[in-house]
Amino acid sequence: MTITHHASEALLLDYATGALDEAWSLAVAAHASLCAECRSALGDMERLGGALLETAPPHAVDDAGFDAVLARLDSVTAEPPALPVASDREYVLPAPIRRYLGGDVGEIPWRRLGVGARQVLIPTGTPGVTTRLLRIPAGKPVPAHSHGGLELTLVFSGAYSDSTGHYGRGDFQEADPTLRHQPHAAPGEDCICLAVTDAPLAFSSPLMRLVQPLIGI
Amino acid sequence: MSEGTAKTPLEFHASLVKAIAETGDRAAFETLYRYFGPRVKAVALRQGTDPGLAEEIVQETMVNLWRKAALFDPAKAAVSTWVFTIARNVRVDLLRKTLRPEPDMTDPSMTPEGEPPPSEIVSRAEEAGRLHQALSRLPAEQRLVLEQAFLEEKPHTEIATDLDLPLGTVKSRIRLAFRRMRAELGGGE
Ligand SMILES: [Zn+2]
Repeated sequence: MTITHHASEALLLDYATGALDEAWSLAVAAHASLCAECRSALGDMERLGGALLETAPPHAVDDAGFDAVLARLDSVTAEPPALPVASDREYVLPAPIRRYLGGDVGEIPWRRLGVGARQVLIPTGTPGVTTRLLRIPAGKPVPAHSHGGLELTLVFSGAYSDSTGHYGRGDFQEADPTLRHQPHAAPGEDCICLAVTDAPLAFSSPLMRLVQPLIGI
Repeated sequence: MSEGTAKTPLEFHASLVKAIAETGDRAAFETLYRYFGPRVKAVALRQGTDPGLAEEIVQETMVNLWRKAALFDPAKAAVSTWVFTIARNVRVDLLRKTLRPEPDMTDPSMTPEGEPPPSEIVSRAEEAGRLHQALSRLPAEQRLVLEQAFLEEKPHTEIATDLDLPLGTVKSRIRLAFRRMRAELGGGE
């Protein structure tokens, strides 16, 4: 698997600083789970954050605060070192997504949208932003369309193509209102992807638009 | 606390975290508190957090440092990097009151990355020095964008609004600054 479409540096930076809201962060965290390159970029950004923290002019803390912390330490349970989980199981969805949905693609409550297309909504704490997992039937073409707002798409299985390229497992697309494109789900395997969108319309995402002709909305 | 063998501030801080993990060393904890607490507080205040809440962020960050000391891996990060991530996560938790999705390093579906060559591990201290130098040499306009991002936790869209710059300009300054820092760290391209 080779990832050719990455999260932008601006988006990675917003995630690294903590400025990015939960729903968008989920897309970045899921991409970083599958992409060593972006994980490494995030690691470098965090190092930069550490260096800037160290050079920030310090501001005195309360002595009473330190005493309060000391008093708390007795009742704090230390976390043991994290050990890699030995597992032969292969997952389609990376851990951040599985944690929200409680399982992998075969264990979650897919809702039919119409002719073969399915979705699962992922609740997050970001108001006005819709986060969903989509399952688009293999080989379906899509009418050209544009976007209402910002949309992040991340592919977990199967693939789709549009004028900007081919998107397979791990590939990440940031589409803003200026992008007009015509995605086409690749044949062979259903395309399962995450779509995060802040457009007001329920069916504004390219992949939802992909579904629209199939379900007649 | 280990005595006398630590050579650089970076190794010294790492030895303090180790002492907390291994023996619950409170003197080591106090040294880290006195060093990082005021810096974490300064960043919180810079973001417009009220002083009481900024103090709470410091305390929560330091309690988490104590709790997670055994998870710290000096081969992977400097203590300052680690504290930055803990403080950031505390702010997300306390101020935004939302979850922060993160990759799970124990996830079997995680794409593995190559082990860093040993030279990279031993050069953490040197690398921190290079990073500080590179930061000080960064053009002012690029440094400003980084400071607003990291110390004020502004999204790049807000930085553009506040500096009255086109979004594309902010993005390209981020790209240039970041590329330069990575070149300095010997990572990326
Ligand atoms: Zn990537």
